[in-house]
Formats: sequence, C-alpha cells, structure tokens
Amino acid sequence: MTQIALAAVTVLALSAPAGAEDWQATLDAARGQTVYWNAWGGDDRTNAFISWVGQETERRHGVRVAQVKLSDTAEAVTRVVSEKAAGQDSGGAVDMIWINGPNFLAMKEQGLLHGPFVADLPNARYLDLTPGSANTLDFTVPVDGLESPWRLARFVFNHDTARVDVPPATMAAFVDWAAVNPGRFTHPAPSNFMGATFLKQALIELVPDPAALQAPVSDASYAAATAPLWDWYEALRPNLWRGGTVFPENQSVLQQLLNDGEIDMAMSFDPASTAAAIAQGLLPDTVRVFVPEGGSIGNVSFVAIPYNAANRDGALVVANFLLDPATQAHMQNIEVLGSFSVLDPSRLDEAGRAAFAALPTAPALPTLEALGPTLLEPHASWMTRLTDDWARRYTR
Amino acid sequence: MSGGAYSLWSLRAVALGCVSLGILAPVAAGMWQTVRAAFGSLPAIGAFGPDAGPWADLLAMPGLLAAVRLTIVTGLGATVLSLMVAIGVCAALHGRRSPRLAARVLVPFLAMPHAALAIGLAFVLAPSGWIGRAMAPWLGWDRPPDLATVNDPWGLALILGLMIKEVPFLLFVLLSALTQIPVRQQMAAGRALGYGRGMVWIKVILPQLWPLIRLPVMIVLAYGMSVVDMALILGPSNPPTLAVMLTRLFSNPDLRLLLPASAGGLLQLGLVIAAFALVWLVQRGLRVLGGCWVRRGRRGGWTEPGLALTVVVLSGLVVLGGLAMSAMLVWSFAWRWPWPALVPDSWSLRAWMAPAGGWGRALGHTVVIALCSAGLSLLLAIAWLEGEDRARRGRARWAEVLVHVPLLVPQVSFLFGMNILLLRLGLSGSLLAVIWAHSLFVFPYVMLALAAPWRALDPRLGRTAAALGAGPWRRLIGIKLPVLLAPVCAAAAIGVAVSVAQYLPTLFIGAGRVPTLTTEAVTLAASSDRRVTGVYASLQAALPFLAYLLAFALPAIVHRNRRDLRGQVPE
Repeated sequence: MTQIALAAVTVLALSAPAGAEDWQATLDAARGQTVYWNAWGGDDRTNAFISWVGQETERRHGVRVAQVKLSDTAEAVTRVVSEKAAGQDSGGAVDMIWINGPNFLAMKEQGLLHGPFVADLPNARYLDLTPGSANTLDFTVPVDGLESPWRLARFVFNHDTARVDVPPATMAAFVDWAAVNPGRFTHPAPSNFMGATFLKQALIELVPDPAALQAPVSDASYAAATAPLWDWYEALRPNLWRGGTVFPENQSVLQQLLNDGEIDMAMSFDPASTAAAIAQGLLPDTVRVFVPEGGSIGNVSFVAIPYNAANRDGALVVANFLLDPATQAHMQNIEVLGSFSVLDPSRLDEAGRAAFAALPTAPALPTLEALGPTLLEPHASWMTRLTDDWARRYTR
Repeated sequence: MSGGAYSLWSLRAVALGCVSLGILAPVAAGMWQTVRAAFGSLPAIGAFGPDAGPWADLLAMPGLLAAVRLTIVTGLGATVLSLMVAIGVCAALHGRRSPRLAARVLVPFLAMPHAALAIGLAFVLAPSGWIGRAMAPWLGWDRPPDLATVNDPWGLALILGLMIKEVPFLLFVLLSALTQIPVRQQMAAGRALGYGRGMVWIKVILPQLWPLIRLPVMIVLAYGMSVVDMALILGPSNPPTLAVMLTRLFSNPDLRLLLPASAGGLLQLGLVIAAFALVWLVQRGLRVLGGCWVRRGRRGGWTEPGLALTVVVLSGLVVLGGLAMSAMLVWSFAWRWPWPALVPDSWSLRAWMAPAGGWGRALGHTVVIALCSAGLSLLLAIAWLEGEDRARRGRARWAEVLVHVPLLVPQVSFLFGMNILLLRLGLSGSLLAVIWAHSLFVFPYVMLALAAPWRALDPRLGRTAAALGAGPWRRLIGIKLPVLLAPVCAAAAIGVAVSVAQYLPTLFIGAGRVPTLTTEAVTLAASSDRRVTGVYASLQAALPFLAYLLAFALPAIVHRNRRDLRGQVPE
C-alpha cells in the first residue's frame, strides 16, 4: 500500500514538479469535504453544469459540491462580511464564489479573500498568466492570484430575425432603430452588471479618448468622457420598452422578454447562450447573435475563495478541476453549457486539443471570427460611477 | 392539591418563558443591532459611531422619496381596499351562504404562498401574458402592447397581488369574529327600522367588529408595507418599495451601505408605526364623527350597489388567483409556449424530471422546516393556552400583543441585526436556526388560530371530567385535545402555510445554505426559464394546500361518528 502511494506521489512529482506534494496534501485534506459554491442561480444550464462538476469531483477526489444559488453575487459577499463582523475567521459558510469585477474589488480591498492560490493549481499550466493577459486582470484590477478563471464572457447582442432584418451596426445606430421601432428594445437595469455593461459598451464607442477609460476615473475625466454617452442615452431612452421607465432585472429576464415577443433584441455576456437557449426551447429558433462593428467588451469569469472558508482544500480541488482541459471542453460543448474556454489553446496537449475539436456546432452559434475584436473593460471605478450617475438621473 | 397548583402555575411560566426568551428577546436584540448600525456603529466594517452619517447617506439615495411614497401607497392601499372588499362581501353574503362553505372556498387562497402567487400573476397580467394573449386575436395585436401592467411605477400590480392574498385572510378573520356578534337579530332590527343592509353593517355591526379584527388588520398593514418577495416580483423596480430597496442595500458589495440600510430599517419601522398611528387617529375620528352620523339616522339604500361591487371584485380576485396558479402549473409541463398561443405549442416533463438536481432538496428542506416550526409552535400554543386554563387566570393581554410583535415589526428592520447575533453563536446557516426563525412568524398565527376555539370550549366538559376524577393531564389529552382536534389541525395547517411562505428569514438566517422552495422560486422568478419556475411555484403552492386538506380530512375521519366534532374549523 505504502509503495503504491509512494509511486503515485512520484508520478505526480514527475508530471508537475512544483508543489506536487503540497497538492497531494491538499487532495488528502479535501477528501470528504462539501464545498459550498455560491453562484448566481438564475441559469439552469449553469446550475446543471455545477451539479455535474460536483458529481465528478466526488467521484475522483471525494469532494462534494453544494451550489448556493444566489440571485445576486453580492449576497455571498455580504455573508462573508457579516461573518467577519461577528469575528468568525474560520469555518465560514462560503467556500467558493463565482465572482466578477466590483464584487472582487470589494472583497480584495477588504482582505476577505484567500490566496494567492492560482499558480499553485496543477492545471494553471494551461492558462496564459502573462502579466496583462485577460486572466490576470478583472475589470483592470490585478487578480494577483486571488481568483481562478473558469469561463470566458463576451458581450453580444441577439435579435429575432423574424422581426428584425438588419440589426443596428453601431451603438449610435441603436437610437435610429429605436426611433423607428419604439418599445421594442431595452436593457437590464444598470444596477445589474449586464445593464452596466451595455452602458460601458456604448461608452467605449462614444468616448472621445478611449485611453481615459483604462485609468481610474476622476471628476474631470468622467465629465468629458461621458457627455456624449448621456446625449446618446437621452435620445434612446424615450423609445425603449415601457418608455424607459421600467427595466428588467437581469439578462435572463431580458431573454424571457425576447421569448415572449415583448422585445425584438436582447443582449448577453455569453456568445453561445443564444444557441443554447434555442436548444432548450427558451428562444425562437430564428434568433441570431450580432456584435457592433468595432467589437465588444470581453472578460473572464472567476471563482474566489473567502479567507475564512470552512472547506478551503475542497474549494481548491474544485477550482483546479474547473481548469482541466476535459472539463473546459465539456463546458464549451453547446449541448452542455456552451461557454468559451479560458485555456490557452497553444498550451494544450494533443488530447486536450482533440477534445475541443470534437465539439458539436449549431446554426445560432457564432464563430470566434464573427465576434470581432475583444474590447477591454474600463477600470472598475468607471462602472460604479456610471451606474450611480444613471441611478441619480433616472430613478424617479 | 397545593403541589398540583404549583405545577399548574409552572406550565404557564414555561410557556411565557419560551415566548419571551425565544421570540421577544431575539427580536429586541436584532433591533438593537440595527439601531447601532443605523447610527454608524458596526465595528466589523470599521464603523465606530455614533454619528448621523448613515442617515445622510440614506437621504441621498436616489429615489428614496419615491420608494417611501410607494411603500405607503401600496401598503395602505392594499390594506384599505382589502378591508373594504372583505367587509362588503361579508355584508353581502352573510346569512345567505353558509360561512363554513365560504371558509372552504377561501382555503386555497389562504394556502397560496405569496411568492408562487406573484410569479403566476406576473405571467397572467403581463402584456404578453395570458390575458393579453386572449385579447390579441380580437384586437389584432401581432405583438404584445407596450403597457406596464406588471412592475408598473404606481405599484398597482403589487396592490392587486396583495389583495388576492389579504381579502381571503380578512374574510376568514371576519367570519370567525362574526360568530361572536348576534348579527341576525341586529340585522332584523335594523332592517325593520328601514336601514339598508349595507347601512346596518356600517352603523351597527362594524363598530362591534372592529376591536375583534384590529390586530389582524394591523398585521396585514405591516405586512403590506414591508413585503419583499411579492414586491420584488410584482412591484416597480426603479425605484422599488423601501423594503426591496433595503434588501438590495443589505446585499450590496459596497459594505458601507450596510449602515444606511440599517437606517432604512428604522425608517421602515417608523413608516409602519406612523401607519398604525394613522389607523388609531382615524378610529378616534370616526368615533366622534360616526356617532353624529349614526344619530342623524339616514337609512342609506345607496349601499346596495356597493355591496354588489365588492362581490364582483372578490370574484375577480378569485379568478385572477386561480389563473395565476394554473398558469404556473401549465408552464411546468410546457416546452415551447410562445406569444400569442393560449396553451403551449409543445409539452415536456423535463422540468419535473430532475428532482436530484434541484427541487428535491428544496422540497425536503421546506417540508422539514414547515413540520418542525408548525409542530413547535403548536406545542407552545397549547402549553400557553392550557397554562392559562390551569392558572385560572384570564388571558394576559399584554403577552398576547407581545406574541404578535414579530408580525408587526417589519422583517427587514431586525433580521440583519439578528443574524449578526446568530453568527456570534455559530448558529447562522443551520437548519435549526431557520426552523427557529420561521417559528417566530409561525407561532403568532398558530396562536391567532387556536386561541378563540380553545377559549370557546365549553368549560363544563372539563369540570365534568374533573368531577369524575380525571387529573389535569388526562383532561387535556383525553377531553380537550380530541374535542379541539379540528381547530388544532387547522392551526397546524396555518402554521405549515406560514412557514412555507417565509422568504426573508430563510434568506437571511439560512445564509443561503438552506434553500427552500420559496427562496428558489423567488430567485428563479428572475430567470429565463418559466418552466422550471413553474415547478417550484406549483410545489410551493401544493404543500400548504395539502396541509389544509389534511386538516379538513383528519377530524372528519377521526370523528366520522361524532357529528358535532366534525370539521368545525374556526367559527
């Protein structure tokens, strides 16, 4: 028995020299743990994928996953904060969070995250972690190894071709389209990240000096950068759905509106979601994806581990499993989740590449070329400023 | 006998102790944490008050005034309208329909959880919903009209949703209160003097009824002003009602917002207190003005159309509620159901087929929590009432009011503070904590349901048994409980229904680790798949309905050969 264990350790040590013993220690400690993964629960396919992840990690490593379905990721952040407030610095209720942008920034600033841990994950070798790459910046905030990537997000629009022949080619063109088709388009409330991304997508196209967006916002830069945006929005808003007085809560509700025929165009942060929704019977099969001419915003979805997580080792095992090439290929499968992989194709081995090449395709699934260039997220401070300003202007 | 007297007294002491330590102390402690945070003292996030900063931040929130206005309009509006309809229907139908029959018709509506109803109603009312689809062919709509019939800025959909729940509740309360008033004789006297039926109700019966229904009306008012799940689904969003706004602030990533959120919790409490004060003022005013009005002696034949209208409104509410629940059941079996089809294009069992992945666990939690909290509350209520009997003391009115404190104080005002305490005790997020949190809200309803029939029990039964040598426990188990089986079952069913419907306590105290059908349904209400939401909403509605069904069936079966003990549910 000891010899087999020793042999296993040796093999592991050979395949991943750095920290293999540490990793084995993590695997041992993780066995039998249940990881409470706090993730937004509004998408059934994501929920099913998370449940699949749990079955696989339990089978392979004896680590179970219980998804805590959030209606807003901030709920998990609040929970960790309340725990810290109560002095509960270990044994916390939240083991892992699907996190992004402002929530990550808030937790990082408050010192509520475990890590850095990403470089210690064996499967991190498939990631492009060179400084400045998409995996190392979350809304321009340095990741610093405090969160691990798991899926790629790209902002896209979709439209029902049965009702809309030619969708707007630029953000500016949305104003003209809405004037001709009043009440047939809207965006989620900017308090939701999808609605905020819609404003940011427009901001990037309309801003006089795009470079300003990569630096933290200042009063002067904000006023200059957003003046054209608000002019554009003032022209657009009266022709939005419900006259721009009511906004759907998130992109799922927006998709439901498109399915109900209340609007003709919607948006998503996942280029594959349209094809997936059609396969699920959740959208008419005439819906197609489009992006504005200059490209669209893209970012990476991460998982983070709170500093007081009760099942930290289990969470590390799950984070590592998410980066396994086979897992990522399964995730990119349009019949499963259809989210684009975060792995760097050039770092994959033969088997990994084959897994991705074998994936099925669908009519509503755009090619990577059709999506055009990826635009960088503005600094997180812009989003806060933008959504606050929107709330101040339009909450009546 | 003296030893006996001692133990008799102690049951009452135990019940009172449980209530004050288990219910009142935590609410007060939670409230205290909220007050501290509202004045800038929350050391965990580096806020060492006291200062007035949180209030300044709260007042600077965009849309705060509109949110406050909405809260007042929807809360007061729904309560006043519900009360008017309920009283009108009582007046119109009393003496014509059997109250027992009426009670049975109302049961599905009492059982229906707010969240499930709201989710279904949102689909029925939306321009692309059932009503819109039925009208489309006649009005030639090729796409849904651009009208805000749900989430409207005025909160009308929310008022409507609240009314569907509150009118049946108030009717139920009224029907049981009416048994204490000789309506038939007074009506005959009033009619003989030439008063219209509606006028007899307003001038004679209502003034006697009011003290009996004041507490339930206050509960409805407090609930309507601070409801979160229903307002989230049916109410406006930009801004939402104050309670929804605060729930969002409490879960905002910017932790400094916890302070203004706590200040908002106090504001919410202030609004409810102000509304209570308004009710009291109106009551005082009516006492003076109403007296003059009654003395003038107008006969008022004009009330008859008003009564008819309330019956029409009630029918409308019943139809809407029925449509809402059917809509979610149909959705759960649908595959494609696009506009403007009245029924799905294609059907599927897919949403129901994956209990392991989703609804199985939530259903399990919901059932366990509901049974435990209803069972606990029932035990405590019986102990309380029996203790009262044994101590031979009248009802402790002060204690009775205190029992209802959790229902009168807005949940959003004290739950966050209470959770901080639970965290310190290491209890947050456990099933036990959630069961206890539910009991806070279940117990008052169980008391409300059980107290009247318990006190109405013919005391001669007990005395006869005592004369035959039965001790207090034997009298309780052998006489009182069997005779009171129907109301005990009804109280248990109400407890289950209240527990199943709880949203905010499950969310805050459960730490998101104890998903129930309610929390999942509310989360899913903001998703893209109405078919899955339909499964959760249908299950959520089915559970309390089953409980009520059992509550009717059980006494009927056990007492099948005891005519006078069968199914005399609250009368």
